[in-house]
Amino acid sequence: MGRLTTSLCGIELDNPVIPASGTFGYGCEFAELYDINILGTFSFKGTTREPRYGNTPPRIAETPSGMLNAVGLQNPGVDKVISEELPALKKVFHKPVMANVSGFSLEEYAYVCGRLDAEPQIGWLEVNISCPNVHGGAMAFGTEPKSAAKVTKAVKKAAKKPVIIKLTPNVTDIVSVAKAVEAAGADGISLINTLLGMRINLSSKKPLLANTTGGLSGPAVFPVALRMVYQVAKAVKIPVIGLGGISTAEDVIEMMLAGACAVQVGAANLIDPFVCPKIIKQLPKTMDKYGIKNLKDIIGGAL
Amino acid sequence: MEQQFLTVTQNSRLAPAVYKMRLEGDVTAITKPGQFINIKLDGFYLRRPISVYDLDEKSVTIIYKAVGHGTEYMTTLENGAKLDVLTGLGNGCDLSRAGEKPLLLGGGLGVPPMYLLAKKLIAQEKTVTAILGFNTAEEIFCADEFEKLGAKVIITTTDGSSGVKGFVTDAMKELSYTHVFCCGPEPMLRAVYENCKTSGQFSFEERMGCGFGACMGCSCKTITGSKRICKDGPVLFKEEILWDA
Repeated sequence: MGRLTTSLCGIELDNPVIPASGTFGYGCEFAELYDINILGTFSFKGTTREPRYGNTPPRIAETPSGMLNAVGLQNPGVDKVISEELPALKKVFHKPVMANVSGFSLEEYAYVCGRLDAEPQIGWLEVNISCPNVHGGAMAFGTEPKSAAKVTKAVKKAAKKPVIIKLTPNVTDIVSVAKAVEAAGADGISLINTLLGMRINLSSKKPLLANTTGGLSGPAVFPVALRMVYQVAKAVKIPVIGLGGISTAEDVIEMMLAGACAVQVGAANLIDPFVCPKIIKQLPKTMDKYGIKNLKDIIGGAL
Repeated sequence: MEQQFLTVTQNSRLAPAVYKMRLEGDVTAITKPGQFINIKLDGFYLRRPISVYDLDEKSVTIIYKAVGHGTEYMTTLENGAKLDVLTGLGNGCDLSRAGEKPLLLGGGLGVPPMYLLAKKLIAQEKTVTAILGFNTAEEIFCADEFEKLGAKVIITTTDGSSGVKGFVTDAMKELSYTHVFCCGPEPMLRAVYENCKTSGQFSFEERMGCGFGACMGCSCKTITGSKRICKDGPVLFKEEILWDA
């Protein structure tokens, strides 16, 4: 038992650091850079039933202390993930991985979760009901407690493994959505997905992103994420994963004090591909500085 | 790809808003012409991807244009400044397909990556012709550097103030060549593609998130499926390019 260990829905993690979906592909790009087995786990690219190209470029814009993305759930589809990505991952990653799933109907969510649930390397299903960049799906399910609960129920029926519901911050009352998915049987909650934003190109005088709007991430959103994690952790009994703008060991500790039992690191991976190993290495020193013996002891310490 | 801390040893103006920066340090991850580096700048969240102009054992040289806040900030960096740089990004050019008489076409800030390419091709004793396109005589940079390498250089300017009046495609029609390498704005790439009589390689540009294939921010559709400009590109073979309708 190390000082950094934590537990997520009954599965022990060596440390709470989890690269967030959409910033880590299916792991192989990063496995070329460092041994990804040092991670707690990672959440792979949002996977749908059919392959998706995603939105027209430009899909990326810079913001103060952050970025907008409007990738639009580009992924090879669940068949290829199972036949190509997971076998490739198995060679370089020897821990349970978190499968991020998205969909455009209850049937699609249930189908993709069912398929991935049967794969031995999948430890958790993280269900994205919060992508702001696709129309007619994803975030539409996450903005209403009732529809969020419906997705949760459909997925729980299709899967045996722990189901974590990933929530959108683009709501007036995050707590009501969190409570609804808990009541519908969710095993955990992760939050926040990106905040809806936009930028305008001064030369063309048109929106910079072809999709007009995109999801804001990076350090700019950290205080918003922290506030929402705090509110949700206070209101539910199931484990909460905190994410949104985390880029340092200090951020990890703040997020855990707010009630997160684990954290995800997203945009920071894109700026510094080595940020996760750096955070893991830094954590014991930062814990020493603040008199923290074990990370487990501080979960929810600020509640 | 590697993360390296490189030191600025030159940062000088070549033409209006165009600067040449030499960065010293471990650049061994850069192995091919057509690759790029991705530079972290203080106060800016995303890195700035810039193509490689020249390379030696201990330094990489880039040529960039100050077009926004990030690149304007770059012009203020002084010798000795240390930069966090991801090196050796992108697939780069495949020189094995060049044939004996490759034709290189660079437009504006598409000229720099053609320089290291010309250098490597000439080292392989190829007969290199470079068509370098600019808007006006005042904006021309590096043409003499290509000549020093031993390349045959043809300048085109849209206003006719130097060289051939018109676009790079106006200068390529009468030439005979074995393969085309092209870098420049997308309308130029498309025009060269349509006028190109041989096989070729075209270097594309897109707004990037990470620069190393993780975020899918710069994906484009090709005949062989979706490709990430940063990792599967920026250089695409002529036969795989799929233009927007």
